[in-house]
Amino acid sequence: MFTIASIGAGLAVIGAGFGIGKIGSAAMDAIARQPEAAGKIQTAMIIAAALVEGVALFGVVVALIA
Amino acid sequence: MKKYVCFLLSLCVLLTFAAPASAKDDESQSEDTAKFDVTGLIMEHIKDSHEWHILDYKKEVDGEEEEVHVAIPLPVIVYANGQLDFFMSSAFHHGDSLVKKGDNTYILYEGKIYLAGKDGEITFNKDGEIENEKPLDFSITKNVASMMLVSIILLLVFISFAKAYKKNPGRPRGMQAVLEPIFLYVRDDIIYPNLGSKTDKFLPYLATVFFFILFNNILGLIPFFPGNANVTGNIAVTMVLAVFTFLMINLNGNKDYWHHTFWMPGVPVFVKPILAVVELMGIIVKPVALMIRLFANISAGHIIILSLISLIFIFQTIAVAPVSVIFVLFMDCLEMLVAFLQAYIFTMLSAVFISLAVAEHKHE
Repeated sequence: MFTIASIGAGLAVIGAGFGIGKIGSAAMDAIARQPEAAGKIQTAMIIAAALVEGVALFGVVVALIA
Repeated sequence: MKKYVCFLLSLCVLLTFAAPASAKDDESQSEDTAKFDVTGLIMEHIKDSHEWHILDYKKEVDGEEEEVHVAIPLPVIVYANGQLDFFMSSAFHHGDSLVKKGDNTYILYEGKIYLAGKDGEITFNKDGEIENEKPLDFSITKNVASMMLVSIILLLVFISFAKAYKKNPGRPRGMQAVLEPIFLYVRDDIIYPNLGSKTDKFLPYLATVFFFILFNNILGLIPFFPGNANVTGNIAVTMVLAVFTFLMINLNGNKDYWHHTFWMPGVPVFVKPILAVVELMGIIVKPVALMIRLFANISAGHIIILSLISLIFIFQTIAVAPVSVIFVLFMDCLEMLVAFLQAYIFTMLSAVFISLAVAEHKHE
């Protein structure tokens, strides 16, 4: 028995993983270029990651409701 | 010394594998327990309830084993048919009995209170949905009691800080030394960069929101008594917080804000109505996003931790226990980070939206 809801949640999570991976890689590149700014870049990375995760969790919530 | 500690730790981890020998020899117990209901357990922990469950233990009563629930019953305040009733939820006896007050008979079904029909039952219509009416429920439920607890903690902690700040202007000590840097971080790094000169006007609201969400998140992670309630993972609570932000934004919006929302300058005339509709949707969607982000993050965290612990009960062996506990410890650390992060994000986005609403533009 497979439910479309769980497949939907899985797709949302794929999107989140992809997005946060891209953010992380951009942050790593930026820190490699300028190690002094590491603190600020890390803060910005965490904020962007939380926002992307918020969007993915929209999808999970809809899947939960279904 | 360090090698000794390492050796001791690895010995403890290995010893947990020695336990299965004794746990597996009573087969009879696994016959009469039904298949472990994971979803039910998780939903029960995530949802609100009319009593604060502390623990269960098995007791020998008349030679039979009985589960004894230890819980704090919370007051129930309901209003139906013009009658305001007040009683303790222990009158329901965990859903076994009906409560009759005046003309109204109340029944507790799956954690919610309904008005019982003439035969004192829950009636289902043909779609399987419940047909009974619900009274207006103003009860002090577990979430309400937990929020009151957090409010009392916040008041005690911060009022004592304010007094201590006035009394000894030197180095802060104790709890103040922990929370004062966090408070200054909220003021200097979240609110001031966004609001500038208007920081003092909005600091009380934003700092309260930050610490309320933070304390509730952390309290929700504690698995036993004062912390069991899932407050910020309840969409009604986060909806109220989002409504507060919505009100703060729109009641403080200045003329420029409304002008820009409905008649955006600098774009061709035929685009302006479209932009007005989009901006109007944005005014509603931004707080809704705040609400869902907080709710989903915290709920998802709790569900993951509960599921990992339930793994032990699904597989019914103790060998899964060390793996499960280590995973849960790791997830708990992640959840602590998420607790702080979600409070930070909610406050920061609220500050950004408020700053957009009160910004003063210089028009050329």
